[in-house]
Amino acid sequence: MADFAWTIPFWPALGWLVLGLVGGHLPRRLVAWIGCGTVALAFAAAVAARATFPGEPQERTLFTWIAAGAFSVDAGLLLDRLSIVMVLMVSGVGLLIHIYSVGYMAEDRAYSRYFAYLNLFMASMLLLVMGRNLLVLFVGWELVGLCSYLLIGFWFDRERAANSGRKAFVVNRIGDAAFLIGVLLLWTSLGTLDLRAIGAQAATLGAPVMVTASLLLFTGATGKSAQLPLYTWLPDAMEGPTPVSALIHAATMVTAGVYMIARLFPLFTHPVTVVVVATVGALTAFFAATIALVEWDMKRVMAYSTISQLGYMFLAVGVLAPAAGIFHLTTHAFFKALLFLAAGSVMHAMHNVIDMHMLGGLARPLRYTAGAFIIGGLALAGIPPFSGFFSKDLILERAWEHAVGGGSPVPFILGLVTALVTAVYITRAARYAFFDQSYREPHPHEAPPVMLWPMALLALLSVAGGLLGAQRIGAPLLEFLAPQFAEAAPHEAAPGLFVPVLSILAGVAGVAIGWLGYRDRRDPDLGWVARLFSRHWYLLDLYDGVLVPAAKRVAVLLAGPVDLGVIDRAVNGIGALAVGGARGLRRLQTGYVRQYAAIILVGTILLMAYWATR
Amino acid sequence: MPPASDLALLVPELWLAALGLVLLGVDLFVGEQNKRTVGWVAVGGLLLALVPTWGLAGAVHRPGTTVFFGSYAVDGFAVFFKFLAIIATTLVILASMDYFRASGDRQGSTQRFEGEFYTLLVFTGLGLVLMAASADLILVALSIEFVSLTSYVLAAYLKGNPKSNEAGLKYFLFGAAASAVMFYGFSLLYGLTGSTSLYVIAEKVATVPAPALTVSLALMLAGFGFKISMVPFHQWTPDVYEGAPTPVAAFLSVGSKAAGFAVLLRVVAVAIAPSGLDYVTLIAGLSAVSMFVGNLLALPQRNIKRMLAYSSISHAGFILIGVAAFGGAFGNTGLLIYLFAYMFFTLGAFFIAALIEARLGSDDIPDYAGLSQRAPGLAFLMALFMLSLTGIPPTAGFFAKFYIFAAAIERSPALLWLVAVGVVNSVISLYYYVNVIRTMYLLPPQDPARIQEPAVLRTALWVTGAATLLLGLYPQPLITFARAAALLLP
Repeated sequence: MADFAWTIPFWPALGWLVLGLVGGHLPRRLVAWIGCGTVALAFAAAVAARATFPGEPQERTLFTWIAAGAFSVDAGLLLDRLSIVMVLMVSGVGLLIHIYSVGYMAEDRAYSRYFAYLNLFMASMLLLVMGRNLLVLFVGWELVGLCSYLLIGFWFDRERAANSGRKAFVVNRIGDAAFLIGVLLLWTSLGTLDLRAIGAQAATLGAPVMVTASLLLFTGATGKSAQLPLYTWLPDAMEGPTPVSALIHAATMVTAGVYMIARLFPLFTHPVTVVVVATVGALTAFFAATIALVEWDMKRVMAYSTISQLGYMFLAVGVLAPAAGIFHLTTHAFFKALLFLAAGSVMHAMHNVIDMHMLGGLARPLRYTAGAFIIGGLALAGIPPFSGFFSKDLILERAWEHAVGGGSPVPFILGLVTALVTAVYITRAARYAFFDQSYREPHPHEAPPVMLWPMALLALLSVAGGLLGAQRIGAPLLEFLAPQFAEAAPHEAAPGLFVPVLSILAGVAGVAIGWLGYRDRRDPDLGWVARLFSRHWYLLDLYDGVLVPAAKRVAVLLAGPVDLGVIDRAVNGIGALAVGGARGLRRLQTGYVRQYAAIILVGTILLMAYWATR
Repeated sequence: MPPASDLALLVPELWLAALGLVLLGVDLFVGEQNKRTVGWVAVGGLLLALVPTWGLAGAVHRPGTTVFFGSYAVDGFAVFFKFLAIIATTLVILASMDYFRASGDRQGSTQRFEGEFYTLLVFTGLGLVLMAASADLILVALSIEFVSLTSYVLAAYLKGNPKSNEAGLKYFLFGAAASAVMFYGFSLLYGLTGSTSLYVIAEKVATVPAPALTVSLALMLAGFGFKISMVPFHQWTPDVYEGAPTPVAAFLSVGSKAAGFAVLLRVVAVAIAPSGLDYVTLIAGLSAVSMFVGNLLALPQRNIKRMLAYSSISHAGFILIGVAAFGGAFGNTGLLIYLFAYMFFTLGAFFIAALIEARLGSDDIPDYAGLSQRAPGLAFLMALFMLSLTGIPPTAGFFAKFYIFAAAIERSPALLWLVAVGVVNSVISLYYYVNVIRTMYLLPPQDPARIQEPAVLRTALWVTGAATLLLGLYPQPLITFARAAALLLP
């Protein structure tokens, strides 16, 4: 494999270093070139990796990171089929979004800080998907979390943005703690953190350890990928710049959980784990889609949509179809990034107005943006021949096989219903924003070419991306991934046209309902159902009314009586003891050499006395 | 005459001796305003000395290799300390050049003698090299005295400054007393075994009556303890560090200490260990006492040099853990790693103290207030060194402590209490190290004027800073190097 391929994560890291150190002194044009150029190099390296990939997984050790007795961890990279797909997607979509940002952030004061963070994120994400062992993966995992925090709170002088950043960090911490415990459990039970070794030896683990470890890791994934019950941070994360939402909170970082499970797939094949993952995925998919139905902030609609689509991916790995999950991850990256960039273009034109009450009729002034949004929306709704149809349909087919093969029918049923709801809410959003009543802003302008071209390319990918998995032309992506998941459930014969027809029907019906149901520019009166949806099925009341106050009470208790009363006093007591001891010892340090000489004598005699007394 | 091939193994020593003589000559011919030239020649010569040393590192690994009829070791252990001594001397000379320039107007006419200062440093460096390689009691005694004598002069170098004079005199008196006791121990050992060669002593020591041997070891420990600032032979340390020119204090706390440990380890491990005498418990006890005394006395210090002196005593205690763990899988390695890492962050801390002293004329920690605004680079580096002295990752200090604790745990369960003492002491030390950081970053400056950093000193500072960080992040090369050097016994 070409040496160049191994440099993938280093280019953005280099960009981050340069921009972070001297970016403030460079002209904007140069900052943009460095920011995008380093990502372009990473993409080129990723292409080189694919082109020279010999078929077998390739590894490279950078250096021995920690060697402490039996515990030895290399800082090592791994390029196999799965990581190649991921680096191509991450660096490709990342490059387009970097270019889009050049236009979107053109007016921002902290231009170089933005690109420095974005480059750091790219480096971290590429490290995450290329890490050879769980510890390197975890470093990437934490670093992308840090970048997410930094970029959500990018406009830190806005209180909401700063708070949202903190919320994302804290919620992720819950998942990350579980993840770390899972990593440690795997280390103590397997004695290795090497990802391939864990995959190979997972079957030798006893059922309790296997289930516990996999569920701990899965808890980490629900944090990072915003699944139930740790999804709450993602809608708030929309306070960040829109390209950041597209890159981090739609296309790449939030898919890390899916990637991790696909990477350690053999560990997640125990029946208990399978049921949990598939159920959580299916429930999240449906749950988030219903919230998207009643949301008025266009970006937050996208956020719930992302949560819902991530649910599909977990559903896929939960029904033992990881390749389908990765396929949907890829197409979703295309069309969801496109939808976000289109939403960003709307914000750009409407001076940051994103409330759909205030929009409308934008299809005329924003021709290209509207076209992009509609293409992305059709892909999301699962209308053939757009890419989303192929991947979602594949997941539904596998869920069907799973149900027919004796598994739970819940994933298939919820998946199908969600497909309908998805089509409804995205049609609703498109109708509110781009059709009917004219906009309030007098002269919205179409985005500059530097923003339109990335959208055009993503639109192309959203249309054609389905070919990667189309059976008719041999499904190149799925074929490429096939050896990776050899242990996955054997591929049954296709279930005929039954599932695809159902899935198309759901999509078309959803679009029709969405188009007709919202023609008056207001939501049909759903009564208590609407309240149920907008209160997140009353989960918000549980969180804000019960869990958060309880946690705060515990915090107050710990901060007051426990910390001040017990811990601080113990520390101060020891400190006082030390100072007292010092005062006594200090008397010996008189400054008189004659006394020092005497102490030499005394000391020597004491040393001899030590042996004499033994 | 020794065979010529022996001389080939002594190229670094010969080179350093020649360099010292050349410097004396150069000093005669440069004018009073250009004494820095002597310093530059010294730095160049020292860097060149690394070349033959590197050659030895590749050629000699077999432990117990000696020349000059068994009196002088050229094993990997000795080569390791050659590197350490040469690097430390180079950095100290780099730091001194700006120290004298910056403080020249305040300290009076030191410039005239500046050339001698560099020459003395180079000779002291040679002495350190000799100490670490001596395998014969007579040579050990000579080299220790060599280092001591040049150090006395260096400590008293600021002739117009009464404190410097006091430091030199105290150092001399204390050192003379300690040496006398140590030589008494040497002579006893010679009388008991009939030889001064450590390797010959090793063969006969098992037949020596234990009480006589213990008396001899106790007496010798006084001398070694003086060199490494071990309690109860530590009392000179704060007085001398405070009075001596700051670069000299830096040199003493790093160079003399490292060479002292080299001698201690060589004598104890080669000559005493075969007797079966249990010295581990004693060393462990001295280690614990040194850590406690050093740290507790560092707590109330306001003067940065005195604080660093007590910190140096407590670090001697930490390093003694490695001596106690000697013989385990990585006791020796841990000690070498600790000494090497310790060199960088201690030198760095002293260099900053030297610079502040030269710029502000003060050694008091409260005068560091607001340094983060007056000199952000300096404050950052000082914070890094303080964290490293405490042993907080990702610095070299963390790694050094980690390794030495691991060595003790691995050596014997009986040393676990010592590790616990070490951890407790790390916590105590956090208080006074972080106090420096707090002063620099949280307290407002009394005088907002920027502090200029002289160029040469800055080089020395960034080298030490980079090494502190690098050894903490990627210690593997040092581990490999120390492992190869750590095999001491044939």
